[in-house]
Amino acid sequence: MSNIAISLLDIEDDASQCLVAEDYQTRVGKWCAGCGDFGALNAIKRLLAKEQLQPEKMAFVSGIGCSSRFPHYVNAYGFHGIHGRALTIATGLKLTRPELDVFVVMGDGDCTSIGAGHWIHATRYNPNLTVLLLDNNIYGLTKNQTSPTTPQGYASNTTPRGSFLPALNPLQATLGVSNASFVAQTADWVPAHLYATLQAAYEHPGFSFVRILQRCPKFTSDVFAEQIKDPDLTELLVHENGVDAPGLDKLFKARREHDPKDIDAARALAQRTDKLRLGMFFRNDSFPVYDEIRAVPPVTVEDKIARLNKEFDRYAV
Amino acid sequence: MNRTANSGATITAVPEHTVEIITNSGEGAQKCAQIFGQTCAKMGNGVWTVEIIPAEIEPPAHTVTSTSGNIIRFGTNKITNWGDQSKLAIAFNEQVCLSRHRLDSFEDGCIILHESMWETHEDENIRAAYAEAMQEMSGKNYRFIPVPIEEETLKIVDNAQHGKNMFALGLLTEIYQRDLALIEKQIAHIFKHKSAKVTEVNIELVKHGIAWARENLGFQFDIASVPAEESRVVMNGNQAAALGAIAAGMEFCAMYPITPATSVSHELAAIFENYGGMVHQAEDEIAAAGVALGASYGGKVALTVTSGPGLALKTEFLALAIMTEIPLVVLDVQRGGPSTGLPTKVEQSDLLAALYAQPGDAPKVVIAPRSIEECFHSMVTARRIAETFRCVVLVLTDANLASGVQQFTRPEFDARWQQNPIDFSPLTDGLRPYDWDTETGLSRRVIPGTPGGQHTVTGLAHDEESRVSYDPESNERGCKMRSRKLAVFQSTLMPPPVYGDEEGDLLVVGWGSTQGAIEEAVDRARNEGKKVSTCQLTFLSPLEPGLKEIFSHFKKVMTVEINYSDTVGDPYITEETRRYGQLAWLLRAHTLVNIDCWTSCPGQPLRPNDIYNSLVAKLETGASK
Ligand SMILES: Cc1ncc(C[n+]2csc(CCOP(=O)(O)OP(=O)(O)O)c2C)c(N)n1
Ligand SMILES: [Mg+2]
Repeated sequence: MSNIAISLLDIEDDASQCLVAEDYQTRVGKWCAGCGDFGALNAIKRLLAKEQLQPEKMAFVSGIGCSSRFPHYVNAYGFHGIHGRALTIATGLKLTRPELDVFVVMGDGDCTSIGAGHWIHATRYNPNLTVLLLDNNIYGLTKNQTSPTTPQGYASNTTPRGSFLPALNPLQATLGVSNASFVAQTADWVPAHLYATLQAAYEHPGFSFVRILQRCPKFTSDVFAEQIKDPDLTELLVHENGVDAPGLDKLFKARREHDPKDIDAARALAQRTDKLRLGMFFRNDSFPVYDEIRAVPPVTVEDKIARLNKEFDRYAV
Repeated sequence: MNRTANSGATITAVPEHTVEIITNSGEGAQKCAQIFGQTCAKMGNGVWTVEIIPAEIEPPAHTVTSTSGNIIRFGTNKITNWGDQSKLAIAFNEQVCLSRHRLDSFEDGCIILHESMWETHEDENIRAAYAEAMQEMSGKNYRFIPVPIEEETLKIVDNAQHGKNMFALGLLTEIYQRDLALIEKQIAHIFKHKSAKVTEVNIELVKHGIAWARENLGFQFDIASVPAEESRVVMNGNQAAALGAIAAGMEFCAMYPITPATSVSHELAAIFENYGGMVHQAEDEIAAAGVALGASYGGKVALTVTSGPGLALKTEFLALAIMTEIPLVVLDVQRGGPSTGLPTKVEQSDLLAALYAQPGDAPKVVIAPRSIEECFHSMVTARRIAETFRCVVLVLTDANLASGVQQFTRPEFDARWQQNPIDFSPLTDGLRPYDWDTETGLSRRVIPGTPGGQHTVTGLAHDEESRVSYDPESNERGCKMRSRKLAVFQSTLMPPPVYGDEEGDLLVVGWGSTQGAIEEAVDRARNEGKKVSTCQLTFLSPLEPGLKEIFSHFKKVMTVEINYSDTVGDPYITEETRRYGQLAWLLRAHTLVNIDCWTSCPGQPLRPNDIYNSLVAKLETGASK
């Protein structure tokens, strides 16, 4: 794997806090050794501890895939749903229980293929969800089939002579959707950046879409190998309103000032293929949030019955 | 029973009549019929109205495909279905008339008041089409009465398109001696958002229609009414279902538009927020099911509303709801199928899909309301069952109930229907989210927010702790527990009542919306001394208890359904190859009784007369069971 040592920038757990990162894990993740999903789980655990979230006040919703096993390992409510549909369940949950913190975990097949319709629409609804796309460029669970994000020419069991088409770029697609409010990219092998990105995503009021480039040691161990070996192939997007973490400047020399408010620049950067870019592409906290604009004040049973009676007067004969 | 009115008209007393108002789409037949039907209901008549809907929004006018309108059957007693043929029609052109004639909708001697101007229209093609249509209809003994509908309307308004319907209403008002004051009140209500002038003009048009009829027709009908003692409401089945959902305390509906289900969401969207509820229009039916499931997971009992093609898309989510034991109510307003089929028309062909469309064993409750009143109450029942048994309840109505209008006893709302029985008390001594009672399969529903209750629900096979487990015992136990709940629920049901004697030569079994038409056919046969009874099922899964016992008292048992079945004797069709109607299929499997079926899928509700003929044929021929 990685030749360079990327130090884990462990944030010291405050002794006065009652829950530590380990309290947020229920059981050991059953992923392959070296799977990038572990990194995402670690970052989430740290985030939950940092925020001191109450386990019963949050829910993790996923689809089907290796990555969608995620909720089983988190000490929270979890909904391990069906392939591609996590966002729909999460939207329904958030609409009725806006006080819960709702996280969504999807794989690349899950989100960008079978669930692509929901991905577009959930982006537009902009419910207050923290969304993790664990993108290993392959169908992992079903053993090595081409996904929309598989690089062109890359061989898999379904395209043994190489994938036919240019890969779908989830950042570009998301940034193209009206009302998209938060789009970031990070990588499982840069834990400090991953953690900082998830932190920002959690804080964002709206649909925070985080594409996490994720290593699959079984089927796509080579797709990110170059970038992992040579940090100079990666450019960090930085800005006072972006994501950064101590120590990252030492790892990545290429840093680009990018104002996450600038949608045109974000789209242009998302489109470029010269380098791998990590950072906050776009963020706007003032877009309409679906669960906020649809919030309905509760009505007492007495009022409901009185109103129903009035309604029925209209139909009375 | 004829009398003479002051005007000199002959008044004929009849127990009931069926009237059609048929127009081009967009000529206001609906409004005319709505006011007329409401007035009949208010006057104490039994009423059933049916919409005639063209498949397209704006089909070419003045053609046989443009027919839009309403059928109103009303009478002295309760009316439970649309009946047989019409006795009187008002037609705005001869083409719409022809389309109804081709469907055999008019009885012999039917009075047809039709627009007179087409016969002498300046356009030669129109005159020719008129002549041709009249020629085609000449074989029947209809009583055509030309009426200068447009000409008379233009005496009151400048644009006849927005007025002919009210002139027609005036004709009906006079012919059936309707209460003008009631009609005026309804016109005022319908146009309450428009200027007072609009109401005034519309009333003037009605009065003009009355005057014209008095002057020119010379006949009237008298349909006595018995004023109701209880208070009643009149609405269509989709309105009843929407209001039922609210009365049931449901607060969330996710849907994707599909005829004929959509209007349920229209009704809800208009008022749901006054009841703490919301309608979410999702990007597709799959999403609608997912969002509804997510809402239920959060503690509600959510509703998703659809029709056949949408139900097909929702199947994977229904299985997930069943597997995770999250309550969900699905309303399927059936239309004709397969595929896009007959989008605006009635059929009862989603039954087996409702029961079995999910891969794997996916037990759920399926209810079919038999009347518009039951469309209301079944929503209350559905929510309660879904919640108590942590299961999916699928309510099967159809296009006949959806747009049929009937009056029924005004429901009294019960505060208990609204209860939100979610228990947030902390789970202390060991969480088991599927803490199945091994007898009943029931377990406490633990929803997010419950301290100590954290767990991950999953569509994968799981154990009591909701842990993924592939071992044979866990899977068998899960299947058993989910299925057991249905048996427990069934133990709370009563055997269905038999209409007619409890033994005889033939038992007709129906389900859902066909009740009224079947009972009417059975009444007719019984009046002739035939030993026929009927039994209308509401619960299709689990089936109501005691069916085999009920069937055992009849020599023959036959289902009547609005769906397809093969006819023995057709090419290649033998007793062995024959495919049965869906209820027959189900009942044969369930009871091992040799149940026959008579089915038909004409894209319209069954007619009592056709059912009558089928049961007479069954009595005369065919082996006993
Ligand atoms: C409706 C449906 N179709 C197909 C599958 C099979 N399936 C399960 S996971 C998966 C793809 C997983 O790939 P991805 O979403 O990228 O997740 P990963 O395993 O790589 O984390 C597929 C096709 C399924 N479970 N359900
Ligand atoms: Mg993948």
